[in-house]
Amino acid sequence: MEGSQPILHFEKLTKRFPGVLALNEVSFAIEKGEVHALVGENGAGKSTLIKIVTGVYSKTSGEIFLEGKPIHFLTPHEALRNGIAAIYQEFNLIPALSVAENIFIGHHFTKKNFIVDWNRLREEARKLMNFLEVDIDVDMRVRDLGVAKKQIVEIAKALSLNARVLIMDEPTATLAQKEIERLFRIIRFLKNQGVTIIYISHRLEEIYEICDRVTVLRDGRHVGTHSISEVKIDDIIRMMVGREVVEKFPRVSHTIGEEVLRVENLTRHGVLKDITFSVYKGEILGIAGMVGSGRTELLRAIYGLDPIDHGTISVRGEAVSIGSPLDAINHGIALLPEERKTQGLVLLLSVLDNLGLPLLPILSQRGFVDDPKLKEIAQKMVAHMNIKTPSLFQKTMYLSGGNQQKVVLGKWFARNCDIYLFDEPTRGIDVGAKTEIYHLMNKLIEKGSTIIMVSSELPEILAMSDRIVVMREGRIVGELRRDEATKEAILQLALGRREEYARIR
Amino acid sequence: MPVFAEERGIPVVQRFFIFWDKVGILLAFLVVCVIFGALNPVFFNPLNILNVIRQVSIIGVIAVGMTFVILLGGIDLSVGSVVAFTGIIAAGFQVKWGGSLFLSIVIPLLLGGAIGFTNGFVTTKGGLHPFIVTLGSMSIFRGATLLIAQGKPISGMSSAFRFIGAGMVGPIPFPVILFLGCVIIAGMALKRTVFGRYIYAIGGNEEAALLSGIMVQRYKIAAFTVLGFLSGLSGLILTSRLNSGELVAGQGYELDVIASVVIGGTSMMGGEGGVYGTLVGALLIGVVSNGLNLLGVQPYWQMIVKGLIVILAVLLDKLKRRFRTT
Repeated sequence: MEGSQPILHFEKLTKRFPGVLALNEVSFAIEKGEVHALVGENGAGKSTLIKIVTGVYSKTSGEIFLEGKPIHFLTPHEALRNGIAAIYQEFNLIPALSVAENIFIGHHFTKKNFIVDWNRLREEARKLMNFLEVDIDVDMRVRDLGVAKKQIVEIAKALSLNARVLIMDEPTATLAQKEIERLFRIIRFLKNQGVTIIYISHRLEEIYEICDRVTVLRDGRHVGTHSISEVKIDDIIRMMVGREVVEKFPRVSHTIGEEVLRVENLTRHGVLKDITFSVYKGEILGIAGMVGSGRTELLRAIYGLDPIDHGTISVRGEAVSIGSPLDAINHGIALLPEERKTQGLVLLLSVLDNLGLPLLPILSQRGFVDDPKLKEIAQKMVAHMNIKTPSLFQKTMYLSGGNQQKVVLGKWFARNCDIYLFDEPTRGIDVGAKTEIYHLMNKLIEKGSTIIMVSSELPEILAMSDRIVVMREGRIVGELRRDEATKEAILQLALGRREEYARIR
Repeated sequence: MPVFAEERGIPVVQRFFIFWDKVGILLAFLVVCVIFGALNPVFFNPLNILNVIRQVSIIGVIAVGMTFVILLGGIDLSVGSVVAFTGIIAAGFQVKWGGSLFLSIVIPLLLGGAIGFTNGFVTTKGGLHPFIVTLGSMSIFRGATLLIAQGKPISGMSSAFRFIGAGMVGPIPFPVILFLGCVIIAGMALKRTVFGRYIYAIGGNEEAALLSGIMVQRYKIAAFTVLGFLSGLSGLILTSRLNSGELVAGQGYELDVIASVVIGGTSMMGGEGGVYGTLVGALLIGVVSNGLNLLGVQPYWQMIVKGLIVILAVLLDKLKRRFRTT
């Protein structure tokens, strides 16, 4: 690669927001045709960097060179015209339009500059799909596609614009293993075609699988850029957090007690089929399975969010009827939802108000809130959970991902719930904060609580669970004890077919 | 321990908007007052001031209720029709159906609450947009008003009933006391009660509120009910003041009411704002109408100016959000 111009080169790139230095003299280069990982904790400056490159933000100072030429993107449109495209976690697709239309949105093929040339549009879209070697009907509406296919439509869209640099922000966060394999195949293929890929991910294992080099950012500074073969995963983590992380999965041994929750023959037509399992005091039960296997839906049903058609739920030996989240909470069941920002928190409200959400009814007299008491409890929670916030009155939107997650957890701690339903508890959270969440889980278990954890991260589920049930197509297809659970065993059950499993490996 | 970027204090731009949230609208209000006062000294005449605030009260009590609904991310277009409907019912009880003071007050209030409840119930249980549901009830209750009145206004209230809209307590018009009472109670409710806190939570993030065990639908229905009730109160005040149940009463009120709330800094997206802002917003709308009147500006212009103010207020809210996210 020596001798040729790097495709992107940052020179002392700085971005200052009022009161915050988001990027501080960041300098590094991205070579043409490489898959370049960009890692760092939340708030390290990854998003800011990306948004400058794609023209969403303007830089404060410093230079960006595209193939040696300094660039000053003012708008996302100009960035695209220069061949820089980004695929964010939230897709920019129009659900009601077809795949073909979405791909060529903004540059429809027309006859006489006026009438849409549908045949050409479909044909070109099909060509792109063939090019990517995927089988997606270009006439389908995007809203009928799953996450993985939507992502491929996004990639096709970027390619239709002749993107030379493709930025992918956490592309695997919502994908199942099989879909990740397909994505990686596409990434490798694009790389061979000379497309440069900037790959942002919290899953460091993936970076080793797909990336050539890695750049680490921390607190807006460039910590280092290394060839992936030269650094070990622990080195990357150390660079990200700026300190030694002793244990990735701090697990303590648990004493398992009596049965606290029993689900029998739970059925929700078309979603959950005849689910039966029990969990015990002091236990972490992992629920594994592909996205769409019914894991989240199972938690929702137990939590009273979706009606069940058949089956019973018993808490501490007594059959209960749970018709709403409030019923669940009153039985000591708490849910830590999948999407922290859209489901877990009211971002506009303060730490105090968020912690108070489930508490207010028990902290009020004749409808009036006992504010001093609420503050006292909230203060205790902030200390207990080690939530880093300037004050109780800080809006939760200004907290980092890990601290936000701690606030979501804190709500239930304060309410003394003892059966916790965790849905992807560490998604999108940086390494240091992840460990803290695991410590909190341990703390819960020590207190005699019970945890049911849905997770797509196999290392996490393997390390933290006492027992793992695997779901597929709305059923429980297997249960593994801690000592017999392996990545392979889980995948085999989750996929259902040996040969399919063999194929993706 | 690293301090993450998001935690490093509050940016200056945002500080400006926090400042604007708190006192910006009040400053704008004072500036407008000073300008009108300078252009026409009659503006500061005590009689004129009393006239303005009495006028404002009729819109204001509804705007208090609307604040709850908009905080929840909802909207209610039917308020003007509810004013006319409850007003004609009150007039009916005064003039045609026995003249009971008690019934002519209580029945309209209950009916107002019932209409609000229905709006809320249909909206939440049916999963419909409140815009379209209340657009429907706007037409329904305007029609019902005309039906009940058989096309003729009902006039001639008892002197006791006339006190509601025209009475004075010392130097202060009674409607103003009602309005300020509503503002204070609503302010307390929003700040200190579970109901109020949950309104902010639901408006800020409905799903998170639901997952936290809040009975979201109940609170939404409650907010619409409160708004309907207060629309009924406004209907009483207006009918009493006009000494007549008018067929066109309350027409176009939805604009003034929503304008008051939005100008007062409550976000149409829900979750942010409060009733004290609405108080100032209602006063600003009232003062602008009055000031333009005094200057002899054609009334048609008032509508144009009010429309512009509303758009400006929404634009400011939008800017506030944009600066927060960058």
